[in-house]
Amino acid sequence: MAAASTGRYVRVGIAIAVIAILPWIVPSFAVFDLIFVGAYAIGILGLIVLTGMNGQISLGHGAFMALGGYVVAVFAHALGWPYWASLPLAALASGALGIVIGLVALRLAGVYLALATFSLAVATPSFLKHYKSITGGFGGISLDSVTTPHGIPLDPERWLYYVTWAVAGVAFLVTALLVQGRLGRALRALRDNPVAAVSFGVNPYFYKTLAFAWSAVLAGVAGAFFAIATAYVSPDTFTFALSITLLIGAVLGGIMSFWGAIVGAIVIEFLPLVAQQINAGAPSVVYGVTLILVMLFVPDGIVGGVVRLIRRLAGLPRQPPAFESSIPPAAPIAVDQPSRE
Amino acid sequence: MTPSIRKAAVGIFAATFALAVTGSTIVPAVAADPGVSDTEIILGGSHPFSGPASAYGNIGKGIGVYFDYINDHGGINGRKIKWIDKDDGYSPPQAVQIAHQLVEQEHVFAMFDTLGTAVNTAIRPYLNQNGVPQLFVATGATTWGKDYKQYPWTIGWQPDYQAEAILYAQDIVRNHPKAKIAVLYQNDDYGEDYNAGLKKGLGKNQSMIVKMASYETSDPSVSSQISTLKASGADTFLIFATPKFAIQAMVIAAQQSWHPLTYLNNVSNAIPYMNAAMKAAGPSAVNGIITTIYLKDPANHARYAGDAAMKLYAQMMDKYMPGADKDDGNYLYGVSIAYTMCDVLRKAGKDLTRKKVMDIATHLNETDNPWAYPGVVVRTSPTFRYPITQMIAAKWLGTDWSPTGILVDTRSMMTTAEK
Repeated sequence: MAAASTGRYVRVGIAIAVIAILPWIVPSFAVFDLIFVGAYAIGILGLIVLTGMNGQISLGHGAFMALGGYVVAVFAHALGWPYWASLPLAALASGALGIVIGLVALRLAGVYLALATFSLAVATPSFLKHYKSITGGFGGISLDSVTTPHGIPLDPERWLYYVTWAVAGVAFLVTALLVQGRLGRALRALRDNPVAAVSFGVNPYFYKTLAFAWSAVLAGVAGAFFAIATAYVSPDTFTFALSITLLIGAVLGGIMSFWGAIVGAIVIEFLPLVAQQINAGAPSVVYGVTLILVMLFVPDGIVGGVVRLIRRLAGLPRQPPAFESSIPPAAPIAVDQPSRE
Repeated sequence: MTPSIRKAAVGIFAATFALAVTGSTIVPAVAADPGVSDTEIILGGSHPFSGPASAYGNIGKGIGVYFDYINDHGGINGRKIKWIDKDDGYSPPQAVQIAHQLVEQEHVFAMFDTLGTAVNTAIRPYLNQNGVPQLFVATGATTWGKDYKQYPWTIGWQPDYQAEAILYAQDIVRNHPKAKIAVLYQNDDYGEDYNAGLKKGLGKNQSMIVKMASYETSDPSVSSQISTLKASGADTFLIFATPKFAIQAMVIAAQQSWHPLTYLNNVSNAIPYMNAAMKAAGPSAVNGIITTIYLKDPANHARYAGDAAMKLYAQMMDKYMPGADKDDGNYLYGVSIAYTMCDVLRKAGKDLTRKKVMDIATHLNETDNPWAYPGVVVRTSPTFRYPITQMIAAKWLGTDWSPTGILVDTRSMMTTAEK
């Protein structure tokens, strides 16, 4: 166990080192892309907590991103608040919405929950258009681009890069602390066998709502960085396709591992660009085929696939998937049915 | 964690952060403007090749066709055009990333024909901060012409949506003073611009509007909207809708035996769309509809049978995009706007700078765009930045659009629209 945790520290150390060095070895436009990778990673981390650990599917996380982004934009535009001051507000606001949606989610499961959250994502652009006195309607809100604080020798892009990834680091750390121990066990138990978990004294209402709320907080922060980096928000920024993209990132990266958030973020940021270079005529075909191939050959996502490959090359025995709970799963049919209470 | 590993980890941290803090920022060298060499001019664009608005991607492809043609005929002042056109999926954040990439990695000389109001609003501050021309954006929103003082590097091209709506309103007031107007509009910036123009054009006669109904682009059909509009007792119907919904509106109105005097916005008036509506609901669905025209219509084979420019268009398409549907007006839009772009680059001369190009683009008097409707002049001044302001009303008579009356210049209306 000690060896495993040392290995984890080394991996985290290497990741931090790579993130710190990266903006000095890639071209400056790519630094800008990597800001979005950081934002996506935060958002996908939220889905990993919600879907990977707790088994609740959300096709509507774009709505929480929209709320986070618009909180930053509205406070900056109407009140002149700097983004670092409105960022916590964005997190709080989307967390609050997350609690509300989480309470609704208690009554729904499986495909029913997926549909309900999807409708949230679909409704978001119309909602933003309707309250135009606050949101600026279709035209959205333009913001001043980020500048480096006085005395720091960084260009604005690298400054924002480090801010984004520092916040991402905090998000990962807090999430890791939250889900280890009792809380994490409760979430996983509720995912794998709700009946057994409840009979062991796990309060499903509390834990499932908490998972939704924390997941929404992360999505809100991700949306805030979308707004800050783009220096513009509009209903077209947060379409329902964004929610789907996030879930694709989580599944491709690996929904059972925190590393999946970073890998998934890299994939959804760069795969469309790569797809365009492979075939400019039909990028979405390349994108789709890649998706199918990953699902066929590494259904547990890229991280899961890589881990298996390394263990096989090193001659190690198969490792149980991460986030495994000690409770055996219930029959699938019971999980898929809507809750009847 | 063992002490040695901890030490190693601390070392990595220290090294990387030292590097991070001491590394200097890159200052661009003072030299000739980026994107121009002795042999090449690099232009960047982005279009929705994927996503809900992907039909408009053909505009970018049409531009590519014209640039290929120009390059095969000696280029411009000895330079060939390199056209880098990316897929933004109609998404503002993606468009901003593409703009950064095109400016900082590809070192484009100018951005050209980026498409969509939200997309262009998103990239406008970045391009203007960096002094990169944002030329001839493909959207008819009023802001491109209006806000030039704040964004001097940005300019539009196509007629303003508001101006077009003002034209319809004036026609109604003049020729149908007792009309009861019903409006179907898309619930976004584009629909709102039309509504604003309509109200300005009606002026004190705004009470002529008896009912307005909106739709979302995600709606499957506008049939309930049409029922509501019909029930209002209106006898005049304005369709401010993109093609799919415009076709539905014409068909459903006919199916409900509602035959008002109909005005159709010009983004949806391509002949293939009209034929689709006619096929579904018969000639009565489309006969007598009024629209406006400012470019030649590649699907109107009868009218342009002897037109040299349209022959050239067909040849270019056959050569550089064999198999593409030449009747699609989006390709022709691309070819026509690329002509204006080349015109500007040619006039800017051998010593090409961004400043000079903006100067030419704001002193245009292009009377010879071969694919513009005959008589349409692409005209700008430093204080008047609506390049195309002329349109002609046209009526659908059986098989195609028949221009009626004369070419109308909405130039004076644009100053009204700004208020």
